[in-house]
Parts: sequence; structure tokens; C-alpha cells
Amino acid sequence: MVVMVRDMGPLMTAILLAGRSGSSFAAEIGTMKVNEELNALKTFGLDPIPFLVVPRILAGVFVTPLLTFYSILMGVIGGVIVMLGLGFTLPLILHQLASSVHLNDLGAGISKSAVFGVIVSAVGCWHGLRTQQGPSAVGLSTTRAVVTSLLLIIVADAVFSAISFLLK
Amino acid sequence: MNAPDNIAISVKDLTVGYGDNVILQNVNFQVRRGEVFVILGASGSGKSTLLKAMIGLYPPLSGEVWIEGGNLVAAQEKERLALLRKFGVMYQSGALFGSLTVLENVRLPLDEFSNLPDPLKEVAALARLKLVGLGAAADKMPGELSGGMQKRAAIARAMALDPRILFLDEPSAGLDPITSAGIDLLITSLHHFGFTFVIVSHELPSIYSIADRVVMLGSGAKGIIAAGKPAELRDGATDPWVRRFFNRQPDPGHSLEPS
Repeated sequence: MVVMVRDMGPLMTAILLAGRSGSSFAAEIGTMKVNEELNALKTFGLDPIPFLVVPRILAGVFVTPLLTFYSILMGVIGGVIVMLGLGFTLPLILHQLASSVHLNDLGAGISKSAVFGVIVSAVGCWHGLRTQQGPSAVGLSTTRAVVTSLLLIIVADAVFSAISFLLK
Repeated sequence: MNAPDNIAISVKDLTVGYGDNVILQNVNFQVRRGEVFVILGASGSGKSTLLKAMIGLYPPLSGEVWIEGGNLVAAQEKERLALLRKFGVMYQSGALFGSLTVLENVRLPLDEFSNLPDPLKEVAALARLKLVGLGAAADKMPGELSGGMQKRAAIARAMALDPRILFLDEPSAGLDPITSAGIDLLITSLHHFGFTFVIVSHELPSIYSIADRVVMLGSGAKGIIAAGKPAELRDGATDPWVRRFFNRQPDPGHSLEPS
């Protein structure tokens, strides 16, 4: 259960988010670039960064922890159901859960997920803005956004684990 | 620079390129206020690059672009924003924002830069759409419009902040002759309202129909190879390539026989 709260919940949510939203950000902004919509913004004197990137990064920061909390909740409920299926009683499971999982575990998982949210949205937007011209460019940006996000999420998770180990 | 009153745009010694790859070198011309000025040339001659350098999207390697008395290349942030207000741009693809309705597209610059109350912004945006004949399409999404309608909507959006200069990148490209003639008619009627147009095109029927003056870019020349009225260039150009271009004739060495 601790692993679900501290690691698996945030990590799984971030991976799903990279595949679903990071790729979508890259595709949306990449298509806008190919269609010259970014140039249109620039000639109005509007900077695409505050206009397109900042709202998406803020969305990543605020929504990823909520999704992670939901993911952890579903993971724990799933675990409880499996334990019940194995013949353990509900009071025993809840007692075990309360004694092994602490609030700071949840805090660590949720705060980690906010960083994952920044990574997924920033990388998606960055690859969208770097989209080149041509019919395959948007697809290429989308793939790169997902691959880069996954790599950085794993690296960030390793850094969090190292920090957590050093602080113990 | 003290430009004469009748000069809207002045391009001086403009050199544009990417790194070591120089595309246009020492380009000089002026666009008079209220004229329809067409930049034309072969594919790859740098027409769109020149347009993008003129509107400040590509920083030139050297040279100046003066718009209504202000140097866009050297302008600092505040002056640059003021200069950007003086012109509108229609991109080749229309570049309408796909997530906004046509009316919201035209309203966007007003929302960002105008102090008008909201109901007046709506009225102003709708007036621009009616001017280009798209009043009935205000609530449609860009994806629901035909190519010609998208270009007209893009012209309406370019006029949102009331500029006096409009840059149009290939307004007739990819359109059928009737729709293309409709765009020409729209440009001609807006021209009568006093707009100055800078148009990139290589659609000869459109050029003959709307252009007051043209400059032609040569693909190997990295600059202007001819300038003047389109009919004069068609009939009296000394450069054989220019004559062939205006008379739609292939290169002399061009053959359909297998080599």
C-alpha cells in the first residue's frame, strides 16, 4: 500500500498523462505552428508562451495531483478488494493500512505528482513549439513528447527516491 | 527616417537568410500608401520569406523595414507593438484558430488590445465579417468553412484593429477561379476604402486584376529582377525569364521527351 501511495500512483498517473495529455499538447501546438496560427499570434503582438504554454503548465501542476489522488484511491480500493478476496477481514485490512501508510507518504506522492505534471505539460508544449514543417512533423513531435516525458518522469522519480532515502 | 507622406512601407538594403544561407540580398523597394503592391516570383524565390521579414517574423541579417515611419527591425518592445498595430496579416492557410468560432477569431485582437466595452467589440468584429461577406458565418467554426471563406475570415481578422496596411500571403492559392475572383473583388473593394495591400502571389490572372505595381524575385538572383506595372512587364520586360513568367511559357530547354 505504501508503494501505491508513494510511487505507483504518481508514476502510473504521470505515464498515462504523458500518453494522453502530453502528446495532445504537442499535437495541438504543433498543428497550430504548421497552420501558422503561432505566427498569427506573434503578428498581433501576442507571445505564444503566456498565451498557450503557461495555462497548460498550470493545468498540469494543479490537475495531476488531483488525478494522482484519484489513482491512489482506486489503487487502495483495488488492494482492499483483493485482500478481502484472499479472506482477510475489512477491520484487519484497514488497521494494517492505517499502521503502514502515513500522511507524509501521501504528501510525498502528491507533491511528486505536481512535478510530474510540470514535466509532462512543459515537454509536450516544448515539442509542439519545436515542430518543423511537413506532413510528418506533428506526428514526430507527438512521439518525441511522449518519449521525452517518460524518460524525464523516470529520472525525476529516481531523484525523488534518492532524496527520500537521504532524508530518512 | 523622414519618409515622404505617400510612402507606407520602405524596405532598405534588406538581406534575409538562415545562418550562412542567404536567400535575399540587399533588397530595396517602397510601397506607396493606398496601392496594391504584389511580390511575385518563382517557387523558392523567397517571396514568403520576404513577406515574413517585412512583418517582423524573421529577423533580417541586415537592412531595415520602415512601416509608417517606424523601423520594425530596430524597434524596441513598446514601439514594436505599436508598429504591429499598423498592419494586419492574412496567412496562406488562413491561420484561423480552430478552437474559436469565426466571430471569436475576429474578436481576439480586440479582446487583447482594445478598450472597447464587450458589446461594442462584438459589433466591431461582426462589422468586419459583414465587410468580407461572412456575417452569416459568424458562429461557425473555421473547420466548417470552405477555403475561400477561411481566407475571407482571415482578412476580416487582419482588419480587426483597424490597420491601414494589409499583408496577404497567397490569397488565391488553392482556390477555384470563381472563388479566387471573389477574393480579388474583395481586395479591390477594400482598396477603395484606402487600404494599402502587400500581396505575395504568383497567380497571374489575380495579379493582372488587382495589382498596381509588382516586384519580381528571381530564384537564383537573391533579389528583385523586375519591377513595374504587370502589363508593362508582360509586354516590355527585357529579361527573358520575366517575359516567359508573364506569358506562362516554359523554359526553352524544357522537354517532355525522355532523356
